[in-house]
Amino acid sequence: MTRKSIIVALGALLGLSAASQASAAADQVVIGDIDDMSGVYADVLGQAGFDAIDMAIHDFGGTVLGKKIMVLSVDHQNKPDIGASKFREWADQNGLTMVLGGSNTGVSIAMSKVAAAKKIAFIAVGAGGASLTGVDCTPYTVHYAYDTTALGNGTASAIVKQGGKTWFFVTADYAFGTQLQEAATKVVLANGGKVLGAVRAPLGSTDYSSFLLQAQASGAQVLGLANAGTDFSNSLKAANEFGITKTMKPAALLAFLTDIHALTLQTAQGLYLTTAFYWDLNDQTRAFAKRFFAKVKRMPTMDQAGYYSATTQYLNAVKAVGSTDSDKVMAQLKKTKINDMFTTGGYVRADGLMVHPMYVMQVKTPAESKYPWDYYKVVKVLTGEEADGSQSDQSCPMIKR
Amino acid sequence: MTTVFGVPLAAILGQMMLGLVNGAFYALLSLGLAVIFGLLGVVNFAHGAFYMLGAFAAYIGLASFGVNYWWALLLAPLAVGLVGIAMERLLLRHLYQVEPVYGLLLTFGIALIAEGVMRSQFGASGKSYPVPPLLQGGLNLGFMVLPVYRAWVILASLIVCGATWLLIERTRLGSRLRAATENAKLVQAFGINVPLLVMFTYGAGVALAALAGVLAAPVVQVSPLMGSELVIVVFAVVVIGGMGSIIGAIVSGLMLGLIEGLTKVIYPEASNIVVFVIMAVVLIWRPAGLFGKEQ
Repeated sequence: MTRKSIIVALGALLGLSAASQASAAADQVVIGDIDDMSGVYADVLGQAGFDAIDMAIHDFGGTVLGKKIMVLSVDHQNKPDIGASKFREWADQNGLTMVLGGSNTGVSIAMSKVAAAKKIAFIAVGAGGASLTGVDCTPYTVHYAYDTTALGNGTASAIVKQGGKTWFFVTADYAFGTQLQEAATKVVLANGGKVLGAVRAPLGSTDYSSFLLQAQASGAQVLGLANAGTDFSNSLKAANEFGITKTMKPAALLAFLTDIHALTLQTAQGLYLTTAFYWDLNDQTRAFAKRFFAKVKRMPTMDQAGYYSATTQYLNAVKAVGSTDSDKVMAQLKKTKINDMFTTGGYVRADGLMVHPMYVMQVKTPAESKYPWDYYKVVKVLTGEEADGSQSDQSCPMIKR
Repeated sequence: MTTVFGVPLAAILGQMMLGLVNGAFYALLSLGLAVIFGLLGVVNFAHGAFYMLGAFAAYIGLASFGVNYWWALLLAPLAVGLVGIAMERLLLRHLYQVEPVYGLLLTFGIALIAEGVMRSQFGASGKSYPVPPLLQGGLNLGFMVLPVYRAWVILASLIVCGATWLLIERTRLGSRLRAATENAKLVQAFGINVPLLVMFTYGAGVALAALAGVLAAPVVQVSPLMGSELVIVVFAVVVIGGMGSIIGAIVSGLMLGLIEGLTKVIYPEASNIVVFVIMAVVLIWRPAGLFGKEQ
C-alpha cells in the first residue's frame, strides 16, 4: 500500500510541473523563454531575463498587429532534453511564434534542431557557442548577443598583443567551454603565441585548486579561463588564494557583470573580459539600466540587455511584415540594421549571427570605482567585423561556397 | 625529476595534498550524515542545504553584524543546528513510524526550499567571504605552496572528526546513543529520554554540516547551489564507508578526496565520476560498505 502511494505522490509531483498554460490561441503572439532559472547561470539571465522581456513588451505597448503579446517561461535546468521538449510542446500546443534561448550552448544546440523542424524563429542570446551559426546553423536561428569567436578575438587578442604569449586553459568540459578554448587558441596562435596545455574541468566542479596547480606547473604566462558563472568565480578565487595570479595573468574569456559583482573588485580587479554591452557606456545604456535597476535591483548583464533588445527587434519585424510567419520575420530581421540601447549598427548575417561591436574591458580597482556597479573601463572597441570576421561561417550548411 | 605516470612527483604530492583538503570536507559532511543515519535512520537529503546555510550564516554574520570568522565557527553551527532541531521537532519526528523514503522526500523538499529562498535573496552567483587575516599567506612545503587556510581546514576537520568519534564511541552519552539506536524502547524503559536524545543528535549532525560550510566559505564562492553540488558525492562517501559507520565516514571521506585529487591530474574529465565508480565497485564487492556491518 505504501509503495503504491509513493508512486501516486511522485506522479502527482511530476504532473504539477508539466501542467503549464495550455491555451493555444491564434489571437496572441507567444514568445517563449527557455533558460536556466535556478542553476549556475540563473543570475546571468534567469528571472531578471524574464523581466527584461516583460519590459520590452510593455514598452512596445503590449500588443502587436492587434494581438496580445504573451510570454511562456521554463527552467531548462541546463538539460538539453528539457529545452528541446518544452520548445516542441509550446510549438505544438501553445501557438508559439518565437523563442528566446537562455544560457547554455548545449541546450541551445538542441533547441535549434527544434527551431528548424518547427520553422519557428529562435533567437539565441545566452549561449556562446559559435557553432550555433556554424555547423549547427538553421534558417530560423539568430545568434544575438555574443559568441565564442568574438570573445576570443576580444580578450585573447588584447592579451597576446600585450605580450602574454604562452597560455594554459582551464576549460568547462562541454560544448561551450571547448568552443571557447578553440576560438581563443586560434587567436593566440595567429598572433605568434603558444598554448602550453589545457585541462577540462567538469561543469559545476567545486574545487579548482588542483586544475590551477597544473596551470601553474605549465609555466604559462596567461591563465585562460574558458568557463562561466560560478565555475569562473571559483576558479578565480582559488587562483588568488594560491597566489597564482601573481605569476600568471588571468584572462576571463567570459565573465558577466553579476560575476564581477559577486567576486567583488578586490578579487576581480585588473581582469580583462569582452562584452557586447555595459550599462555605463552611454546615455542610452544608462537610461535603460536605470529603469532595469528600478525593477530588479541589479544592473543588467549583457544577456539581459540582449533579451530586451531581441524582443523589441522581433516585435518590430512582426509589425513591419504584418505577420508572425517565421520565414517573413527572419527575412525582415536579416535586412534591418539594429540601433538601440544594446548596440549600434548591428546586422544579422546570412548564417544568422548578429554582427555588432564588442568591447574589451578591464575590471577597475576598488580605488578606481567611484559609485555602485562602476566596474569596467573600456580598453578597446572592436567593430563587428573585427569581432566576428567579415564573412559568414563557411561551416554553416546554408552558406553557398 | 622523478615522475609517476609521466607526471612529476612534486605535482603528484601537491595534488594529494589538495585531495586531502577536499577529503577533509567530505569527512566532515559524511560524518554528520552517518551520525544522523546511524541514530535516526533518516537519509538526510537536506545535509547539503545545511552546509550551504552554514556558509551563508557566516557571510550574513560578517556583512550585517560584523561577526568575525572565529565567532562564526561557533555561532553559525549553533544557529543552523537550532534550525535543524526545530525541523526535527516539528516535521521529521512524525515520519519515524513510516518508511524511510518519506524522510528522504521531506528533507529533499526542505533542501529545495532553502536553496530557492537563498537564491531569491542573494542570487545564484553568490557572495564572497574573505580569508580571515590570521590564516592568510602560504606554507612552502617544498613541493608546493599550500595556503595556510587549507592547512587549517585539514587540522580543524581532523580535530572535529576525532572529537565526534570519541564522543560517540568512548563516552557515557555516546553509549546511550548507541544503545538507543539498537533498541529505543528498551533504553526508554531504563528512564532515558530517547526523543530528546534523537532531537539533539539531529541538531548536532546538522551543526557539523554548517561547520563544514563555515570552513568552506573562504575557499569557495558562497552560493545557494554549493551544497547540492557536494551532497551527492558525500552520499557516495557514506555508502562506500558503510551507512551509519562513523569511522567509515571519516576514513572514506579522506581517502576519496585523495583519489579524486589524483584523478584530476591523470584524467581530469573523470574527476566528478570517479567517486561513483568506486561506489559501484565497493557495492558489488562489499554491499554493506567498507566499514559497515552485514545486517
